[in-house]
Amino acid sequence: MTQATFTGVLDLAAGAFLLAAVLIVWRRELRAMVRMLAWQGAALATIPLAVGIYQADAALIIVGVIVLLLRAVVLPLLLARAVGTEDHERRESTPLVNTTTSLLITAVLTVLAYAVTRPIIALDPSPATRAVPAAFAVILIAVFIMVSRRRALSQAVGFMMLDNGIAATAFLITSGVPLIVELGASLDVLFAVLVLGLLTGHMRRTFGDTDLDQLRELRD
Amino acid sequence: MSALAVAAAALQVVGVLAGAPLVVGGMRQVRARLEGRAGGGIGQPWRDLRKQLRKQQITPSGTTVVFALAPAVVAGSTLLIAAIVPLIALGSPLDSAADLFGVVGLLFLGTVALTLAGIDTGTAFGGMGSSREITIAALVEPTILLAVFALSVPGGSANLAAIVAATANHPEQLVSPGSLLAFVALAIVIIAETGRLPVDNPSTHLELTMIHEAMILEYAGPKLALVEWASGMRLTVLLGLVANLFMPWGIAGSDPSFLAVLIGLVAITVKVVVLAGLLAAGEVFIAKLRLFRVPELLAGSFLLALLAVTASYFLGTPTS
Repeated sequence: MTQATFTGVLDLAAGAFLLAAVLIVWRRELRAMVRMLAWQGAALATIPLAVGIYQADAALIIVGVIVLLLRAVVLPLLLARAVGTEDHERRESTPLVNTTTSLLITAVLTVLAYAVTRPIIALDPSPATRAVPAAFAVILIAVFIMVSRRRALSQAVGFMMLDNGIAATAFLITSGVPLIVELGASLDVLFAVLVLGLLTGHMRRTFGDTDLDQLRELRD
Repeated sequence: MSALAVAAAALQVVGVLAGAPLVVGGMRQVRARLEGRAGGGIGQPWRDLRKQLRKQQITPSGTTVVFALAPAVVAGSTLLIAAIVPLIALGSPLDSAADLFGVVGLLFLGTVALTLAGIDTGTAFGGMGSSREITIAALVEPTILLAVFALSVPGGSANLAAIVAATANHPEQLVSPGSLLAFVALAIVIIAETGRLPVDNPSTHLELTMIHEAMILEYAGPKLALVEWASGMRLTVLLGLVANLFMPWGIAGSDPSFLAVLIGLVAITVKVVVLAGLLAAGEVFIAKLRLFRVPELLAGSFLLALLAVTASYFLGTPTS
């Protein structure tokens, strides 16, 4: 893989990664959000795979394959199972911030991410670190999704995005995490999603709804 | 400036004049066939124009010169855009004015002329259509400017010929995140600007949903023909512009030979026909958006344009 192809693939992966986050903010159907999350996972896995192939590093390629399996296949499947089958459960209820404003806030967050990561890029300007702002923007957008959505599942999607963003930042800055660290982080996320799925199921069975705002009121 | 470059620019204007009704007719025909109707044929818009041009001039009572002049302003500004954008050859005689910002300004000159004419009639529909059109236009303008800015970063210039030449010389720039995002953003705003689905339905006359049709409801005869011709030309020019910004293959150089001009003409015709066919086929599958959700779509495209700018600025240029 030549330098130019490597830079191109890395830029495209970072772009797709950020774009998936934007589309998650845009869409309201939970299934579409989970599908976008799977695409984001695939874009994330491209980063260690590209770096691994470029530097001929077998451990990084293994990490890439694990990330691809876990974040593009297993986790989205688990989340998709937790999406309710009833009609009112399939869509996000009106978010606290309307979609137009959310999109504009996303724009501000992206610019903010570019602004705050400038010192990091200045430390070691390389194709990988130049893509760090995209990963950092995803972290900020994920936090925004977690605070502005009402359904338990869309908050779980926000949590997954947050983790994707942190992983992408790690891959881009350090060009490779030790295998054992990546395995630990991945297992952590897997269990978190399992627990979240179980919790959502319990909530729906007990309250008939997963709208978290309604859980704040005290009832007999 | 060779005589052939001037001839190519003239050919562009004539081609857009003659081709626009055919593009509109072709799109209607594609739609009709996909919906299982026979359709009026590709030449139907031309037959409509001929019929309307033969009718007598009618001016609604109480309208002023704004109403009378608007069709001419729309048609004139669109023809000027057709003359300055590089469709067939790069070295247009108006090359120094072929700035993307200038093109956007001319585009909005036409839009504003039509909205003023809509208000000038003093009818409820005209005012409603104008208010909707200007709402959309106000949201479209920043997006177009941002997308233009993103496109001009790799070329280092907002001159259209420079951007097209830069893309033709470095086709690998096209698969960068910046230009892909700019393409999507530009496609959405052009759909909004030319009043196609899902923002506006060009074939509706239902009072609750029409935007463009509501503004021109009072026009009849030759003036209506001029307005419809101009809106067809606008669509054709913008499709050609997008085609050449993102697929500049086949365009003649700044000092073309006769053969190169001919190839350029064929290439742009094929590109516009393919794009128009895709647009018409895509429209079959979507419904019109609720008017209140249009700002959502346009805010999304604004965000994409902003991402395009940041991506092409931060990823593309090596930070020193």
